[in-house]
Amino acid sequence: MKVNKKGALGLLALVAASAVALTACSGGTAANKPTSSGSLTVWVDANRAAAMKDVAAEFQKEKGVKVNLVIKDYGKIQQDFTAQVPTGKGPDITIGGHDWIGGFVKNGVVAPVELGSKSGDFEKIAIQAVTYDGKQYGLPYAIENIAIMRNTALAPNPTPSTYDEMISAGKASGAKYPFLIGLDAAAGDPYHTYPFQTSFGSAVFAQNSDGSYDASKLTIGDDAGKNFAKWLGQQGAAGIFKPGLTGDLAKAAFNAGESPYFITGPWNVPDAQAKGIKIAIDPIPSAGGQAARPFAGVQAFFVSSKSKNKLLANYFFVDSASTEKVQTELYKAGGRPPALTSAFTAAQSDPIIAGFAKVGADAVPMPSIPQMGAVWDDWGKSEVAIMKGGEAVSTWQTMSTNIQGKVAAG
Amino acid sequence: MTAPILDKPPTSPAERAAQRRQKRAAAYAEAASLGWKVWVAKIVMLGIIDALAVYAILVLVGQGQWLVPVIIGVVAVAVNVIYLRPGMLPAKYLTPGLIFLFVFQIFVVLFSAYIAFTNYGTGHNSTKEDAVNALLLQSQTRVENSPVYPVSVLERAGDFFLLATNPKTDQVYIGGENRPLEKVNNPEMSGDTATGAPGYRTLTFSEIADNQDAIGNLSVPLTKDPNDGYLKTTDGSNAYVFLSTLKWDPKADTMTDAKTGTVYYDNGHGSFEAKDGQKLEVGWSVWVGFENFARAFSDQSIRGPFFAVLIWTFVFAFLSVATTFILGLFLAIVFNDPRMKSKKFYRVVMILPYAFPAFLSALVWAGLYNTDFGFINQVLFGGASIPWLTDPWLAKFAILATNLWLGFPYMFLVCTGALQSLPEDVVEAGRMDGASVWQIFRHLKFPLLLVAVAPLLISSFAFNFNNFNLIYMMTNGGPQFADASINVGATDLLISMVYKVAFVGASRDYGLASAFSIIIFLLVAGISWVGFRQTKVLEELN
Repeated sequence: MKVNKKGALGLLALVAASAVALTACSGGTAANKPTSSGSLTVWVDANRAAAMKDVAAEFQKEKGVKVNLVIKDYGKIQQDFTAQVPTGKGPDITIGGHDWIGGFVKNGVVAPVELGSKSGDFEKIAIQAVTYDGKQYGLPYAIENIAIMRNTALAPNPTPSTYDEMISAGKASGAKYPFLIGLDAAAGDPYHTYPFQTSFGSAVFAQNSDGSYDASKLTIGDDAGKNFAKWLGQQGAAGIFKPGLTGDLAKAAFNAGESPYFITGPWNVPDAQAKGIKIAIDPIPSAGGQAARPFAGVQAFFVSSKSKNKLLANYFFVDSASTEKVQTELYKAGGRPPALTSAFTAAQSDPIIAGFAKVGADAVPMPSIPQMGAVWDDWGKSEVAIMKGGEAVSTWQTMSTNIQGKVAAG
Repeated sequence: MTAPILDKPPTSPAERAAQRRQKRAAAYAEAASLGWKVWVAKIVMLGIIDALAVYAILVLVGQGQWLVPVIIGVVAVAVNVIYLRPGMLPAKYLTPGLIFLFVFQIFVVLFSAYIAFTNYGTGHNSTKEDAVNALLLQSQTRVENSPVYPVSVLERAGDFFLLATNPKTDQVYIGGENRPLEKVNNPEMSGDTATGAPGYRTLTFSEIADNQDAIGNLSVPLTKDPNDGYLKTTDGSNAYVFLSTLKWDPKADTMTDAKTGTVYYDNGHGSFEAKDGQKLEVGWSVWVGFENFARAFSDQSIRGPFFAVLIWTFVFAFLSVATTFILGLFLAIVFNDPRMKSKKFYRVVMILPYAFPAFLSALVWAGLYNTDFGFINQVLFGGASIPWLTDPWLAKFAILATNLWLGFPYMFLVCTGALQSLPEDVVEAGRMDGASVWQIFRHLKFPLLLVAVAPLLISSFAFNFNNFNLIYMMTNGGPQFADASINVGATDLLISMVYKVAFVGASRDYGLASAFSIIIFLLVAGISWVGFRQTKVLEELN
């Protein structure tokens, strides 16, 4: 049947009328104020809640979409999101770390997002980090990595470029510890030792050309890794790397002015400044000759795979969360450099942020593949064993074999 | 003497019926004699409960559930009957407790028992429907280097259409579900982007928001050839060219990889599996019968640590009870001696460890044991570096020592109370018969004491069997076993192992954890049962 123009118009009018009636039913108030039944539930942690509140209010004002912020304990988000999304009670959007993506994908709780041309506006590492299996699973908003925090009163000169020079400068300063690194007595802390490991040219997994990790190629046990293991044993024997001097103890020692150098992230900056320590952020010196590249963690927004508001969520990402204004606000609330390049550049007027960002330029994204869970345990444990005097090469080899077994078992 | 009438055994059926009527009449009379305020309160409360029940039933039925609304209905009717009918006094007292018992205890127990028979965990997180959706979502890949099409969402006769502007050629296309893109000749333009087409109505932002599901699921074929991909909008204003690698065939129950042609079948175990054994990453939770229990006892990499943890749990619980009881009893006897001076002061000091929250103390002790900075090594051992919490045997010892410190005040209190309530005449009689102090303690005081204390020892054993706080705060189960496939260590108890299997690490296995917790329940229940029977024997001895 051919629909003539009049008929089509009549139909259109009918549809329009009914749509208007429906909108009226759903509680539309003023004619020029857009309202809709859609709403977004967003999980945020307490730090970012204040910044998000303004963002949410603005989005609501502009688009008439209600944004419900639920403040969650950051440490609980990963587990709660995995458990609650399948029940349909989870949020539409949550914040989180990019290293959760692998688990989220395996559990089918996260939906890919399409940033389109916007992805070019972000720092490359941020996009690399949220990319899993060729698809982007989140909108990045912050990048964090560790660097050397220097007590400028004890060490007025910039941190030397090699580890040995840094240690002698640290000893020359007369402080109690030449250099501080937080290491758990049992679990160690491979995250903090990793920059030194990379300076020997060692990595956990081989990287694909797009920056993602290939779980089938475990490279940690190669010769570079073994050289690092030997070096680690020497540092343990020299008493500079002390398992048991935990992150908390190391921080307390640094804040008490007991060491000129402390390898840590932006999260410890406010406390050090509150104690009146004057600090500067420097690149991590190389121990093995190559560049010391720490892991970068990227914070991102994720969309639930069962969200009924995916369109709104994506719209919120493109329209609101990826703007310089919002990224800057989130950076101010969280103290981590923003992921959007323009906001990232602007934030570097702060020398501390610029210091971390400079190190971050060399960083590698922390692997987000689920197999990483099997790696951390053995990795840290073996590093502790080596630092405590265990035979470096054989311990490292055993660790590599164990990890290989666990990764293969899934 | 005359017995009360009611106690006289009824003789004939008629008499019995009369008596029943009489009783009922009396009950009604008693109920009616209650003040009207009580009745109003009762009616209001029942009204609230009924209203809530009706609301819950409506909501649940609206969600398509049936079992739960039926249960709620039955319970609501039962509550009304119980509280409106006179009599049934025990039921009136017990009903709220029973309901709460069911909701907070029995339901939880039954639910974990149910989980123990499924493979719920990482990779098997939800239903099959969810898994299929997630797989399809994940398999959608944007065609590399394809342009971003600015789109408007149009509507005609209830169907939605995408009006897309090719950013390179500025040519405007329209298309809908199963209707490939076709050119539009005179679109309404706003700048470079088309916003409307004749015969269609452009949706506003809020209308798009109201129809998100339909619009988000709209996939518009680029051409007639499905392999060219399809346009999909993720935000209502931009569309991208996607290709799906996986195809779901609900009838055959298979997933097909469009690129390689591999067919994945439902393997009956909560995953899609190809013939060569390759599995798709996202699975779903299914009933697996006794498999989790079988794994706990047969899989070498689980059985090894499981038995090591099981033995340590028994040793820990037994030694904890024994050491705290011996020390507590000893102190109780010492402080019960009339010759002891300033007893009250000492008793207060003794109880202090019990007054601190246990997990706080455990944390403090963990700090004291620190190898390089802890008080114990630095001060007591003059700067030695004894690996208290990182050596398997020393860590066990440290845990027991800490638990002794935490637990003896309780035993001290209990024993003091029991000692003070012992009948003095029995002890006196023993003394008259020439029994030594040791004999009096061994043969008189101790057995009498045990009658009072034994049930507490059993409950203390059960408590320590599941003493999660202490382990979690002090060592978190470490030092770890090197060869275990699950992340457990030398000081892990069964309960902390269950916690780790379920909630720690990247790979969680709720099914296995629930199976372990059922095993723990059986063990604790069995031990308690035997223990309480023994106690009865003790009582009969008296």
